[in-house]
Amino acid sequence: MKSKNSRKFVRLSLSYLVIGIMFAIIIYPVLWIIGSSFNPGDSLSSSKMIPDNATLNHYKELFDLENSDYLLWYFNSIKISVMTMILTVISVSFTAYAFSRYRFVGRKNGLMTFLILQMIPNFAALIAIYVLATRTGLIDTHLGLVLLYVGGQIPMNTWLMKGYLDSIPRDLDESAKMDGAGHLRIFFQIVMPLAKPIIAVVALFSFVAPFGDFILAKILISSSDKYTLAVGLYSMVGKQFGAEFTKFAAGSVLIAIPIALLFLFLQKYFVSGLTAGGTKG
Amino acid sequence: MGSLQTNIGPQVTRTKHARNALLLSIIPGFGQFYNGQKLKGSIYLVLTVIFFTTFFQTLNIGFWGLITLGEIPRLDHSIRLLIDGILALLITVLGLVIYGLNLFDAYKDGKKREIGLSLNSLREQYRNLIDNGFPYLIISPGVLLLVFVVIFPIIFSFLLAFTNYDLYHSPPANLVDWVGFQNFIDIFKIDIWRTTFFSVFGWTLVWTFAATTLQVALGIFLAVLVNQKDLKGKAIIRTVFILPWAVPAFVSILVFSGMFNESFGVINTTILANLGIDPVNWMTESNWTRFALIMIQGWLGFPFIFAMTTGVLQSISDDLYEAATIDGASAWQKFRKITLPLVLYATAPIIITQYTFNFNNFNIIFLFNNGGPAVAGQNAWGTDILISWIYRLTMTAGQYGKAAAITMILSLIVMSVALWQFKRTKSFQEEDMM
Repeated sequence: MKSKNSRKFVRLSLSYLVIGIMFAIIIYPVLWIIGSSFNPGDSLSSSKMIPDNATLNHYKELFDLENSDYLLWYFNSIKISVMTMILTVISVSFTAYAFSRYRFVGRKNGLMTFLILQMIPNFAALIAIYVLATRTGLIDTHLGLVLLYVGGQIPMNTWLMKGYLDSIPRDLDESAKMDGAGHLRIFFQIVMPLAKPIIAVVALFSFVAPFGDFILAKILISSSDKYTLAVGLYSMVGKQFGAEFTKFAAGSVLIAIPIALLFLFLQKYFVSGLTAGGTKG
Repeated sequence: MGSLQTNIGPQVTRTKHARNALLLSIIPGFGQFYNGQKLKGSIYLVLTVIFFTTFFQTLNIGFWGLITLGEIPRLDHSIRLLIDGILALLITVLGLVIYGLNLFDAYKDGKKREIGLSLNSLREQYRNLIDNGFPYLIISPGVLLLVFVVIFPIIFSFLLAFTNYDLYHSPPANLVDWVGFQNFIDIFKIDIWRTTFFSVFGWTLVWTFAATTLQVALGIFLAVLVNQKDLKGKAIIRTVFILPWAVPAFVSILVFSGMFNESFGVINTTILANLGIDPVNWMTESNWTRFALIMIQGWLGFPFIFAMTTGVLQSISDDLYEAATIDGASAWQKFRKITLPLVLYATAPIIITQYTFNFNNFNIIFLFNNGGPAVAGQNAWGTDILISWIYRLTMTAGQYGKAAAITMILSLIVMSVALWQFKRTKSFQEEDMM
């Protein structure tokens, strides 16, 4: 009995040791960047994790609209993500509903095409995207970027939502049809209210994807006042990494903290959406 | 032939309506008129007329451009012609689809008449149009967008792979020409391209397997560790372990790129210094950059697997473990024979998408060190994977044709892996395909 207890003690101690090491590895970069953002001076050569005379200057610089585009980038990113989210939810609800509830010529091929398209990342065709955007005048516009994001989101999310809609019994819409409800009425008043959980998941995914995207925004957007956060933050690094590092640190903290809080808050939706996607679609 | 027979058709051969309608429908609408459906017939006929009057010029120039890619430099812009050509192709496909529907419709209604069914009245036709048209109507916005922002670029890249489009063959000053499989042949035949391709491809594979396996192994290991019954503080541990997933990846990668910086980065100046290790050239020696990248991806990617695995573990019934304990199984045996198979079975699709994700993980490669350091003697940098190499070829080297060819190779790889995976998933097998 004693040996069993000591074995348990060793096992738990080792577990806590591993967890402690992981805590350090996870939290160290976070503390380091927060510390850096409060350091006086621009570079890090003489900085400390807990600065002697902490300053909020770098945050003030970022909020100074005259000299910094940071707030604009923040606004751009949120604007683009919200627009993408709204358009994606609308178009995906329609496509998923059609594929789930109707049997029409071309349905099978359509589903197959969506499946294949969701596998190819849409930035793979980046040459084409660049040339086409130039040709259509959508280069360096947020509209062009939003259209690209929505188009890229449709195939995967259609499969995701179709999987969920398939699980809503068809008897419901059949009986509504008997009662004389039209197509649109069934869609809006019967099926969509029941699909709220998956709509939330699709909305979440289609908000997060543009927010975290770097490559498409980098290809399409060239003027500094139209940057998204990812491109803007990269430009702070690209110019003079060493010379502006503390300001960059402040910029990172301002993105990381609100998004992380939001994420932790909504985490269960992410997991449910992804497991639904994994096992169903 | 068909039109001759129709004069006598209705009275004499009561069984040939379907064939007659089909043959008449070679001119859209006439088959429907023959079936007595004036509304439908007029719609098809009008559509046809509109199609040809509107698109004749587009199609004519489009196909000419697609075939020749222009004949006079400075006057003909090859790339614009290529775009117009693809547009002409898409319009043609659309036209053929409508044409096919017209033939099918005429044939179907003809068949109905043959077996003596009365055709729908005008009112019913209208109802039918609404009922059958509704799914098409609601998928059209999404599909249209998909065609223009996803399918169009894919066709464009595909065609570009067979041209010599690069800085020296660049409109408007020069024309672009079709070169068949020359780009693919060059990549495998010309020394500098071949060595670069295989070194980039090799690193892409090493990167994909090392980074993904690290994050998967770490995620599963930690999930099992935290899931131990007698471990206290699960909630707080899980929240902290999710953190790297919660912070947007581009922020974390840029922060790491600062931490690994050779002149001021905290890894060299503080951590390694305290351990008494000499500074490491993280950013200027390929192998060290690669090592750092794999570690960082482990950091970024494990929480996702951790969360998934935790979900699976919580759904495994305790009975299994109790039974195993009674049978005298050791902790390791329980893990090997119960936990691991169940976890892997449930998360397999997600794990595979993690591999394909890292195969194309442009962000970490580009944001950490621009794909660098630069390497002498090849046009890719030290940590370039295929996708970032394509970016470099396109955006800085102007090797559009070659970049498109490599894109084709990359897409083929990703698609075969993904198709293989989806063929095995349940939903795909259960899907009633019509």
